[in-house]
Formats: sequence, structure tokens, C-alpha cells
Amino acid sequence: MNLFNIFDTTGHALNTQNIRLNIIASNIGNANTVASSPDEAYKALNPIFSQAIDQATGLTDGSVAVQSIETSDRPHPMLYQPDNPMADENGYIYQSNVNSIEEMANMIAASRSYQTNVEVVNTSKTLMLETIRMGR
Amino acid sequence: MDSQLSLNLDSYLGTHATAMIVRSKRATVLANNLANADTPGYKAQDLSFKNILNKQSDNQISLSGNNKSHIGTLQSATLSPTVMYRVPTQTSQDGNTVQTDIEKSAFTENAIRYQASLQFTQSRVSGLIKAIRGE
Repeated sequence: MNLFNIFDTTGHALNTQNIRLNIIASNIGNANTVASSPDEAYKALNPIFSQAIDQATGLTDGSVAVQSIETSDRPHPMLYQPDNPMADENGYIYQSNVNSIEEMANMIAASRSYQTNVEVVNTSKTLMLETIRMGR
Repeated sequence: MDSQLSLNLDSYLGTHATAMIVRSKRATVLANNLANADTPGYKAQDLSFKNILNKQSDNQISLSGNNKSHIGTLQSATLSPTVMYRVPTQTSQDGNTVQTDIEKSAFTENAIRYQASLQFTQSRVSGLIKAIRGE
């Protein structure tokens, strides 16, 4: 039955949105961390979505997957804090390059997508159960 | 034996049983769209019902229509609806053409129509069961 495929597709979609939410949580959690050099400072992570490839056929199966997780190469903001134990020889500390506002907007988008997919599962489930009960 | 007593279940269940197959196919396509709402470059798809209807009426002994709004009969159980790409009303920068609210309302509409077809099929089935029991 065709409606069974929906559970597969939507399950993948829920999983990818979950990964996205996890990454956003990690970004927001590390938004205020500082380091002694730009290399050590926390870099914002970004999931890249793509259509899922079916392992058996090598074709796209209509579902979605996380293709890769990219690190942001935006410049790190520098703060002059010579008293900070993390400060480098010039007295600067390096903040993470996370943009909190961007992450919040991203979080809302992710949770909306998650909700949409849950609704799809619920509707499909109701339809299937009613079809199974046919003739009773 | 009277040939009228032998029953073809497919034709007895009629259009609505077929419609349910199409509706579930469309539900899958729309669910794919919603799943890929954030995938860069994904192009939203939908089934073309006009094509299904045209294909259907090709296979049949069609009724003569003298007006262009006349619709052919729809009964066969084999369906191959055409999947077509949606034309977005607003383009997005990443090339994705899924408009979540449109897809969502289409999905809901499709679910209601599925339920309607289900009710019609259900009443057919219960009618048949009544006839078998002779109640």
C-alpha cells in the first residue's frame, strides 16, 4: 500500500529536522564561548540537506537526508580583554562566530517543519486505520 | 446460471475504489514535498488529475459528448497518473519550490477526499455484506 511509504519518508524528515535542532542547540549553547586563537574558537555548524538516495537502486526515493555538516568560516569577533586568562599576547580573546538571531530563526523553522511532518503522519495513520476497518 | 448473478468486484466497488488508489498516490507525493521543504534545489511535485481523467476515458467505450464540459466515464482500476512539477508563486533563493502552506492544505484536502471515497466504498461493501447475509 502506498500510504506506507509516507511513514518512511516522513520518518526520515523527522530525523533530519531532529539533527538540525541538535546542531542549533549546540550552536546556541556555544554562542558565548571564547578562545585564545581563531582556530580554537567554536565555529557555527550548519547541516546541508539533500534528497535521500536509496542504497539498493541508487535513485532518489523522495525522502530527505543530511548530506553533510559544514562549519562556518565567518570571522570570529575579537574582544580586548587583557585581564582574561584566555587572552593572547596582545590581550585579545576570540568569540565563537555563532549568530544567535540566525540560530533562533533557524530553530523556529526547524520546529515548524517537524510539526508539519508529525501532522502528515497523524493524517496518514487515521486514513489507514479507517481503511483497515472497512466493511465492519 | 444467470449471468447477472456473477459479480465483478472491481466494477461493483466502482470509481471510488480507484479514486482511493490515486488519492493515496497523491498523499505520498505531497508528503515527499513536505519532507523536502528545506532541501535546497528540490522541486515540488503533484499529480495531474486532468491527465488521469483523459487517460481513463481513452480506455473506455466513451459516451458521446457534444459539449466540451462533458466528462467521460471513469471505471478502470489501472491508473498511471502523471507526476508534474509545481509552478511556485514565489521563488526562493536555494531553488526549492515547496510552499509549505500550499502543500499542507493540498494534503488536507486530499485526505478529506480520500475519506469521502472511503465512505462510498464502505457503504458498497456493507451493502454487499447485507446482501450475502440476506438480512
